[in-house]
Amino acid sequence: MRNLYAIYRKEMRHYFVSPVAYVCSGLFLLISAFFFNFFLSAVIQQSFQMEMQSMQFGMPQQFDVPGQVMRAFLGLLSTLILFITPFLTMGVFAEERKRGTMELLMTSPISEIQVVLGKFLASLSLFAVMLLPTASYVVYMYLHSDPIPPWRMLLAGYAGILLLGGSLLALGIFISSLTENQLIAAVLTFVAFLFLWVLDLGHTSEGGLGSVLQYLSASRHYDDFARGIIDTSGLIYYFSFMVLFVFLTVRSIDSMRWRRA
Amino acid sequence: MIEVQDLTKAYGAVTAVDHVSFTVNKGEILGFLGPNGAGKTTTMRILTGYMPATSGTAKIAGFDVFGDSMEVRRHIGYLPETPPVYPDMAVEDYLDFVARIKNVPSDKRAARVTEAMRKTNLEDRRAQLIKRLSRGYKQRVGIAQALVHDPDVIILDEPTVGLDPKQIIEVRNLIKGLAGDHTIILSTHILPEVSMTCDRVVIINKGKIAAVDTPQNLTSQLKGGQKIRVEVQAPEKALRDALMQVSGTTRVDSEQVPADGHLVAIVETAQGADIRSAIAAKIVQNGWPLFELRGVSLSLEEIFLELTTDDAAHAQASSN
Repeated sequence: MRNLYAIYRKEMRHYFVSPVAYVCSGLFLLISAFFFNFFLSAVIQQSFQMEMQSMQFGMPQQFDVPGQVMRAFLGLLSTLILFITPFLTMGVFAEERKRGTMELLMTSPISEIQVVLGKFLASLSLFAVMLLPTASYVVYMYLHSDPIPPWRMLLAGYAGILLLGGSLLALGIFISSLTENQLIAAVLTFVAFLFLWVLDLGHTSEGGLGSVLQYLSASRHYDDFARGIIDTSGLIYYFSFMVLFVFLTVRSIDSMRWRRA
Repeated sequence: MIEVQDLTKAYGAVTAVDHVSFTVNKGEILGFLGPNGAGKTTTMRILTGYMPATSGTAKIAGFDVFGDSMEVRRHIGYLPETPPVYPDMAVEDYLDFVARIKNVPSDKRAARVTEAMRKTNLEDRRAQLIKRLSRGYKQRVGIAQALVHDPDVIILDEPTVGLDPKQIIEVRNLIKGLAGDHTIILSTHILPEVSMTCDRVVIINKGKIAAVDTPQNLTSQLKGGQKIRVEVQAPEKALRDALMQVSGTTRVDSEQVPADGHLVAIVETAQGADIRSAIAAKIVQNGWPLFELRGVSLSLEEIFLELTTDDAAHAQASSN
């Protein structure tokens, strides 16, 4: 545990002395704030139109403004993190390998799993720190809604994005352990993410394969969370995903010992 | 402290380390000498638990490097060929991190870090980022990193490579100062380094051990016959004849020095015979002016070449 913390601490410091964390989170906040504003005004405008229509034709309609905004915003966040997370994970192992510090870690009394988990948790923490300010937009909207929408919606949505982000980070860290080149790691990670997204198209095809592909797609499970539903199959999916890639990363760095350095 | 038995490492068809055996006693400095690609780094990586051996065993402080890897790692400090430093960290923070992953108890950590910086003369650079340090200082950080947890065994892979002469001397003195408390293995392809710092030398070539001995013994053992260099002003033919008459001479080579017309003769003698006074007497007897007369011993450099080139290896084998 102390070893894991030592790695975690070092990684966090590393993130905050390098410009990568600042550039990524800055861009992330800028784009997400812009779109939140855009979604909010678009949805409010739409609700006015609906209200006018209902006054004209006398059909009172329920229009859930915060729910609509929330769903659109979470959809945007899930797309944004596809572009951001490869930059957070590209250096995690590639840089250690290139600098030769991998040799220090691997000759210290610390196990591979401690190294991998320490790094994974650090990247997840950074991701959470990046995400946190965006929740303030949503909270602000909630507090100005009447009636205040159920907080469960917000919690489920952010739980979903953390799980999705954690899965992408685990995959990105695994890919980073395969190469010494950060750029290659980032590109491969992005390609792998796109592949996971494209799997979603499987649900248009009929039969067993389509539903299997649909289950494997990372974005499908996310939709449930965005609707405020915490689905067990989604939880199991994301947790298995993270465990699988943490395990594969451990195997990957262990295998370096057997290869010619 | 370190016992290595029949250690072998094969990368596919290439055998990098071939049945290497040696032992290192507590407090000793062992030099690992060999040309580039001889298997020094591979041997060290096996000892540190970085990579497993194909066959054979190695024990450090009684623990097997593969079976008891975690325990071994607690007992060794290791400086790889390139210092394993994080450029964005300050010296003190970096050493604190290393102390943490080397399981130094938290109440002793600050003291150990300070001690490591004191030993490597880094105290005035403690707050500096490692990327702003010169090559020599980075190397010192690398050494400080290897001794921050006060290990029994310190393994240094080419600790002086890339340093300037002044830094080399500093690092050598530092290493010598560490012996006694720590058992040290260092590798190098620079010969004077071995004779200056090490108690014993393992000469390794193409993965095999060519010789293990003290630097002094290696020099005298391989010296065979002694050589004597004589500088005289004399006719060449007459000098050669006169020198051959001295009892104990086995061979005379001579050469004219163009600058002043002196003659330099190299006299080889049988082992154990000291004929310097006899030569002097002979020259004086002939009335030739004598400018210089001294014994020449084979340098470690020549021994090394003799042991690591094939021709010499054959000669060595046939003479044994």
